[in-house]
Amino acid sequence: MLPLHYYLIVSAALFAIGLAGALTRRNAIIALIGIELMLNAANLNFIAFWRYGSRPEALTGVMFVIFSIGVAAAEAAVGLALIIAIYRHYKTTNLDEIDSLKG
Amino acid sequence: MVTTFVILTIVTLVSAIAAMSLRNLVHCALCLVLTFAGLAAFYLQLNAQFVGFAQILVYVGAVAILIVFAMLLTRNVDSTRQAILSPSWGVGIVGALLVFGAIVLSILCSTMVHRPALSETQVTVLAIGEQLMTNYVLPLEVIALLLTAAMIGAVIIALHEPTSESSAVQNPRLEPSVPSVPNPAQVPRTDHP
Repeated sequence: MLPLHYYLIVSAALFAIGLAGALTRRNAIIALIGIELMLNAANLNFIAFWRYGSRPEALTGVMFVIFSIGVAAAEAAVGLALIIAIYRHYKTTNLDEIDSLKG
Repeated sequence: MVTTFVILTIVTLVSAIAAMSLRNLVHCALCLVLTFAGLAAFYLQLNAQFVGFAQILVYVGAVAILIVFAMLLTRNVDSTRQAILSPSWGVGIVGALLVFGAIVLSILCSTMVHRPALSETQVTVLAIGEQLMTNYVLPLEVIALLLTAAMIGAVIIALHEPTSESSAVQNPRLEPSVPSVPNPAQVPRTDHP
């Protein structure tokens, strides 16, 4: 099998791409996609560490990723509902224009 | 093994970059599907079959469709003219590169890099189910409750806001003298420096 750090570096690159997208894009949906990419990078890390860990038969990494996928699905549903509600109110999904709470 | 890994890495990372940088939102969603599928292939390569198929089922099947629906419901007419990046995009790119550099540096300096993979253990769905029903039964219940609450919450948040007349009819306790907050979409924008 390949060494562990190959997977870790791929995961780090995916995390950085998601972070860059979440920080730079103006569309709220794309920012949410960036957050999803960061969550997926963390999941890849969990699986890689589980695979190369000392007790893979304990299934801890697999369990954590299954629960993490569930939490991410709930987060995506609530986040997209919030974006749709904001769009109804402001008629835009541009994050720079949603600044009512800005002093 | 290495060839598969390289191909998967290229597909996953290039489609992730495309999903973050394309102008057309639907193209972004399609590239995101490709990224999720590449990650599922990584899970299969790491011998975590159940997680790989769960990834395809949840992300490719549900989350991507949800994102496409949200994109179609929030379609902006004049989105093709304006810039897609925020004014301070340079800070975001530099920050992401710094984070990437820090993570890679710490990975390469770690002693864990040289740890060999242990013997191939086949993870059956039977073992996962047994663990879910014995050791992890409390987290399973909590995640079920969380998903239910998130579903109800998403429906309530995305419901139509009642207009002022219908809310006064439905809610007689609401005093008509309460000053209504003007809709910010109708107020002309005044940009303060």
